[in-house]
Amino acid sequence: MTSIEGALLDFKRLDRLAAGDTALHRLDPRAKVIVTFVFIVTVVSFGRYELSALVPFFLFPAILVGLGNLPAGYLARKVALLCPFALVIGLFNPLFDRAVALQLGPLAISAGWISCASIVVRAALTVGAAFVLLALTGFPAICSALERLGLPGMFVVQLHFLYRYIFVLGEEGGQASRALELRSFGAKRPSLATYGSLVGHLLLRTWLRAERVHRAMLARGFSGAFPTRTVGRFGMAEAAFVAGWTAFFLFLRLNNGAQLLGSLLTGHFS
Amino acid sequence: MWATSAATLAYSSAKLRRDFDERVPPLMGVLGAFLFAAQMINFTIPGTGSSGHLAGGILLTILLGPHAAFLSIASVLVVQALFFADGGLLALGCNIFNMAFVPAFMVFPLFRRLAGNAPGRLRLNVAILAAALVALQLGAFAVVLETTCSGIATLPFASFLLMMQPIHLAIGVVEGLVTVAVLGLAQKARPDLLRGSLEGRFDLGGKRVLLAFLVAALLVGGGLSRYASVLPDGLEWAVGKLTGKTELEASSGVHAALGAVQNKTALLSGYQLPAPARKEPGPASEKATAAGSGTGVAGVVGAVLTLAVACFCPYLFRGRRRTKPEI
Repeated sequence: MTSIEGALLDFKRLDRLAAGDTALHRLDPRAKVIVTFVFIVTVVSFGRYELSALVPFFLFPAILVGLGNLPAGYLARKVALLCPFALVIGLFNPLFDRAVALQLGPLAISAGWISCASIVVRAALTVGAAFVLLALTGFPAICSALERLGLPGMFVVQLHFLYRYIFVLGEEGGQASRALELRSFGAKRPSLATYGSLVGHLLLRTWLRAERVHRAMLARGFSGAFPTRTVGRFGMAEAAFVAGWTAFFLFLRLNNGAQLLGSLLTGHFS
Repeated sequence: MWATSAATLAYSSAKLRRDFDERVPPLMGVLGAFLFAAQMINFTIPGTGSSGHLAGGILLTILLGPHAAFLSIASVLVVQALFFADGGLLALGCNIFNMAFVPAFMVFPLFRRLAGNAPGRLRLNVAILAAALVALQLGAFAVVLETTCSGIATLPFASFLLMMQPIHLAIGVVEGLVTVAVLGLAQKARPDLLRGSLEGRFDLGGKRVLLAFLVAALLVGGGLSRYASVLPDGLEWAVGKLTGKTELEASSGVHAALGAVQNKTALLSGYQLPAPARKEPGPASEKATAAGSGTGVAGVVGAVLTLAVACFCPYLFRGRRRTKPEI
């Protein structure tokens, strides 16, 4: 059960990436949120049998990873961890959809396999884009950007609160479960009753903590919203960033980029 | 689904702002974080030997009341979607509906009715258990409905339904038992925690609002999600939920059941790999397939190339970046 500390460490690592200082990190968060949103909508809007046209979209996270100086291997591993889930979803498709869609020499590939692969590729794309956004922007900045784009203030306050206390309570939960582990002589997991009282105590302590936090915040003049120093400005760079990527996505949506490149090459050889 | 969830978000936010109890926001945030921590701790499910954890929708709803709980659970889902890609960004709308809207607005009234005003211990426990059961059944049903609407998977409606409901019945029992245990302890130590939700401090704004939301949900679910959830993750969470909600690990009875269902569907449809067309490779048939596969080959070649470029990209830019200061 190293998983709690491990998960928290992983969480923190992803979070710390946002502290980088590249041109992309300095862009107004709103621009990055908008571009990521457009990216995801574009990727999702493809038909379910589309595969090759999706591949050029990997350029977007890849270029951002490069420019933003992010650890490519780390992010790729995080995305790869999720692919089995997507695969499980898609696995039913080859079972039910067996029309032959593609003939590569003697190998017939059914439509089901294509749509299954398409699901995996799309999952990787959207998840990758979300990780890149997070690593370039940071969660609090994304929240503020969303607020300025119209998310209800109450919900944004809630997100900020949650984010601040995840680490605190995660560590507390980790401590509690490690203490339990040390006292349970190799039994892997607690029984239902033990778990109930463990989580119950965690809940009580959480509640008390919330009351203390609240009093402390009142003493410091909390009025229902987090005062933030707004530094971001939606200037020329942001506009260019949004317009450029949107145009790129539109182009790739309307033309199959992979197909173009491929026919250029195969046409050359034949 | 996105629209419904967004509308509920706006509504709940407005509602909370209107009767602003200044004690609530920190409580919501910290309890959300608590949910996070609690979900990381696993326990043994009696009888099966597999492990599970709390989902907590009903727990938070009972503690906080529907509006605050809705926001709190939704925020947890947002963070999970972003950081752990649990369920993915696109399914977030559906996810919020299934795991926050369902327990907070559809099941909570039932819980109130069952528990009454000043329930005894047994009645309270039964109400909690029933609420957890119903919440998970409704949530599972919603998953099946949304998946079928989105049309991304070709899994037939009936067999998917047959697969999901019994599994979630089991999960619901476990979830209910855990919620009872946690709340029982909390109530013993701090009897005031539960009083709020039992004495009707939370006005649901009448049945009309609920009805309006249901109609909106159906409309949106039928129309918009057709487009909005044609997405990879639309199913990721279906399965993610299947495996993730009360996280069942390998060798559990549920997995065996799942495997059985899978085998059954496979048998029914006479599963076999598509046999390649075994024609004599004569010149005529070659020509015929060449036309069809020409685009396919071009697509494959191009895809591989662009993928290679994309993989190389980070290092390309990185290289430049590193050499720059030296210049």
